[in-house]
Amino acid sequence: MIALLLRDLRLATRAGGGFGLSLTFFLILVTLVPFGVGPESGRLATIAPGILWVGALLASLLSLDRLFALDHEDGTLEQLATAPLPLEAVVAMKAIAHWLTTGLPLALIAPLLGVLLHLPGAAMPALALSLAVGTPALSMIGAFGAGLTVGLKRGGLLLSLLVLPLYVPTLIFGAEVARRGAEGAALGTPMAFLGAITLGTLALLPYATAAAIRVNLR
Amino acid sequence: MDLIVTELSVARGGIAILAGLGFAVTAGNALVLRGPNGVGKTTVLRTIAGLQPALTGRVAPGPEQIAWAGHADAVKSTLTVRENLAFWAAIYGVWAVDTALADLQLTDLADRPAQTLSAGQKRRLGLARLLLSDRPVWVLDEPTVSLDAATVAHFATLLSRHLRDGGAALLTSHVDLGLDGAAELDLSPYRARGAMSLQASPAGFDEAFL
Repeated sequence: MIALLLRDLRLATRAGGGFGLSLTFFLILVTLVPFGVGPESGRLATIAPGILWVGALLASLLSLDRLFALDHEDGTLEQLATAPLPLEAVVAMKAIAHWLTTGLPLALIAPLLGVLLHLPGAAMPALALSLAVGTPALSMIGAFGAGLTVGLKRGGLLLSLLVLPLYVPTLIFGAEVARRGAEGAALGTPMAFLGAITLGTLALLPYATAAAIRVNLR
Repeated sequence: MDLIVTELSVARGGIAILAGLGFAVTAGNALVLRGPNGVGKTTVLRTIAGLQPALTGRVAPGPEQIAWAGHADAVKSTLTVRENLAFWAAIYGVWAVDTALADLQLTDLADRPAQTLSAGQKRRLGLARLLLSDRPVWVLDEPTVSLDAATVAHFATLLSRHLRDGGAALLTSHVDLGLDGAAELDLSPYRARGAMSLQASPAGFDEAFL
């Protein structure tokens, strides 16, 4: 299992691997927003938590269609399906690798980019925390969508349509945590919901994804 | 280990194509499946390897005893040859990477990125994984595609060694591997009713599922 994780991380960081794609996208979005909505710091600070969360969501969506499609094209997925490793573990490891290369860097860099959007310093811990807790759910839900569409050529469009509604609860509670952090309000309730969504997806979706991949390999 | 298939029916694209297929490959023997394009050779192999369910019938042993090598080589082009193989060795929990590299004459290429390999060299890398898996039954779909004559002969000796060690092999191949005592089975008589009409459908539709 660790070997699969290490291989995916290595593939992501080699040329053409897609590591940095999400980060760059995130950076571009956050740089462009002040130009789009104007530079008034009050208005930017109000929308900053939402913008950063929507950015994180779209950035994670960007690299999803590669998650299983590349392994499916070159036959690796078939080999993994017949290997001694359970397919559920394969799915979980690939989702973790996806998170380590997209969600985690986003959570780490978001406080820095928050400065560009005039997010008050007191809000930074809540923002980073909400992204760190919420983005694993984005990767896992995304893996589920990728598993459902793995047999399709150019399944990216269908994948986005499938995954976006599933992303909504994570986005609502994640942005709410970041917003309350910016206002200095208590984080407890939305944080609990966000954590519950992440733990629930991590517990259930590997099984659903593995089942979907088995059907798609037929 | 013996591979025993009884009353197997398989489907491709939801349509039954072969029915009542039964054979046994005893330890130390190989069986070559024959038949025209589209008769269902690959489908039978995929079913036996556990990649798709059988409509009816039984296959023993289960997929955990079967090493599968399909059309695709499962080679990651940005990893080196050794990294590719080391990954599969870790998945199978073995450490014999160097032996497998030597057996397929890949030692000199070990540190080259796989994207610089020729088609035949990639094929050899895919076949090296079979040696790593240490599973008794090999199920091979066209293992000799893009291999030159010398490499085909070399692969035949590796296959013979596997059979001598008590393994079994089921394969499809359009070239004669020159294996001693390899039996052949023509799949044409097992065509399911209705599969004939499938054969008559436009080739483009049918070929898409091969």
